[in-house]
Amino acid sequence: MDTAHSPYAPPTDADVREEIIGTVRRFVANEVAPVAAGLEREDRFPAEIVAQMRELGLFGITIPEAYGGLGLDLLTYIGVIEELAYGWMSLTGIINTHTMVATLLMAHGTDEQKQRWLPVLAAGEQRGALSLSEPDAGSDTRNISCKAQRDGDEYVVNGTKAWVTNGERAGLVALAARTEEGISAFIVEKEPGPAFEGISVSKHVGKLGYKGVETVEMAYVDHRVPAANLIGEPGRGLPQILGVLEVGRINIASRAVGVARAAFDAALAYAQERVTMGKPIAEHQAIQLKLADMATRLEAARLLTRNAAERKMAGLRCDVEAGMAKLFASETAMELATEAMRIHGGMGYTTDMPVERYYRDAPLMIIGEGTNEIQRLVIARGLLARARGQAS
Amino acid sequence: MNVVVCVKQIPDPADPGALDPTTKTLKRDGKLILDESDSYGVEMALQLVTAAGGGEVTLVSMAPNGEVSGLRTALAMGAAKAILVSDDALAGSDALGTAKVLAKAIERVEGADLILTATESSDGYTGTVPEQVAGLLDLPSVTFAKHIEVDGSTVKVQRQTEAGYDDVECPLPAVVSVTAGVVEPRYPSFKGIMAAKSKPVDTLTVADLGLDASQVGWAGAGQEIVSIEEAPAREAGEVIEDDGTAFEKIVAYLDNLKVL
Repeated sequence: MDTAHSPYAPPTDADVREEIIGTVRRFVANEVAPVAAGLEREDRFPAEIVAQMRELGLFGITIPEAYGGLGLDLLTYIGVIEELAYGWMSLTGIINTHTMVATLLMAHGTDEQKQRWLPVLAAGEQRGALSLSEPDAGSDTRNISCKAQRDGDEYVVNGTKAWVTNGERAGLVALAARTEEGISAFIVEKEPGPAFEGISVSKHVGKLGYKGVETVEMAYVDHRVPAANLIGEPGRGLPQILGVLEVGRINIASRAVGVARAAFDAALAYAQERVTMGKPIAEHQAIQLKLADMATRLEAARLLTRNAAERKMAGLRCDVEAGMAKLFASETAMELATEAMRIHGGMGYTTDMPVERYYRDAPLMIIGEGTNEIQRLVIARGLLARARGQAS
Repeated sequence: MNVVVCVKQIPDPADPGALDPTTKTLKRDGKLILDESDSYGVEMALQLVTAAGGGEVTLVSMAPNGEVSGLRTALAMGAAKAILVSDDALAGSDALGTAKVLAKAIERVEGADLILTATESSDGYTGTVPEQVAGLLDLPSVTFAKHIEVDGSTVKVQRQTEAGYDDVECPLPAVVSVTAGVVEPRYPSFKGIMAAKSKPVDTLTVADLGLDASQVGWAGAGQEIVSIEEAPAREAGEVIEDDGTAFEKIVAYLDNLKVL
């Protein structure tokens, strides 16, 4: 097993997995669904829900038990993500980046680094954020210009990072910055809040959807990070973080499956209630064709996502599969949100129904974690590499 | 403070249930889950044990096919152990047959100070098992508890009534049925779910309990199910357009139902 890229525990007992996912489903139905629309309209951080998520143990799902986590497998994790996204996609953003920081540490941290940060992350005492993108470096990560200059036992960080989910509330930020060896990964410790030492939140990004969780631009000015906070090998930060993003893509795919399922369930329920021309619209063939296509796509998206996760768990290459899952599931979420809105007719366009939220949340998955155009390149390059028998 | 909670594992109410036309009983061959109405008793028991500063919660259940899924949920919430009675001879048990089994199982729990139940199950709704269990064990029975406090060897119960509640006291041990919705059942933490997997579940048969198979199941049932029918489909509601007098029509409607 490729432990460098699959720092996951052995498969979780199927009953335990089912019980955990079922618990999150109940939690979402009782605690999230009734308040999601209100919180999202006010763009308010769901502090109370996050506190409950912490009590459930959601912040330590994949972190090994030796470091205070639960050591659950990727299938459990993506099941939980799907359920959270079903209720409110923003909640998954709070967990995803956090888990990616933990994953980076599990894969590339020294034992001392793991001992220091993993228990804190597992307990949810500190929240994690991942900071790779810059205003001029999105998918073209080689453009990263944020600098970390060595100065004795410290690095001095200068630059601006973009699209940082959880940036303000995070206590630990996994940062990609340029050192003399190339791009290196660091754990930046900070106090949650708009400013800390040389770090400041320079901008809160307004968004179409994905509300309630902050997406920020963060400026680093002569911010000092101990050299002991460098993760893995200097200059190897990019492949290290990109390896973590492979799990990130499976994450995004499961979020998309959750949103797509929510859109489908809403459409199925409404189609049976809404009566036109003397019968529920679900009895009209035009609507039945839509429902059939939606359900088929949803099932395919879920199976692609599951397949990618299973390959990852087995330690197999899954760049192509994770890309396919992300591509297809996110397009499915967008399509199902649109179709759900058509089925709802005018009601779907109102804020009285959750469909308009799914419609605004779905595009994030198309764009985030590598646009779907990039996914296609990832898939094609992976396929060509495999055809040439390369192991890259 | 040791509390026994009787819990029922029932077919998931989210799935459409089905009746077996031969036995005229609810089909229970699929996966069963913890009856939600029992989750209040479990929560109450956990709170009482915490308030007492020690002791444990033991679950007692009767279910077909050695079903433990619902028990695992309650164990994940924090119960320490469970006794499950599962035996083909129990198929067809009526309320009294069930009570006999539960009473025998409860007798096996050493040092039980208090036995909690729901007021009724969400699939059978007889609402008689708690009192029958108390009768068989020769213990006091208090029903419809909305609040329970233990003071030494006395249990103080606020007993829900139509008008409000009665304050009732009785000596321990006692059987108390807990009204749904009076406490907020906790979500099992993921750690609790993982730990539940290794908590002891003692699975027993009718013979293990020292009961004769003729006393339980179809053989022992004092009831006979004569026929079963599909519940009638819900009729369309009456729509009242508000022309300024809608409230009068609604009041008249409710008055007619004698709910005012």
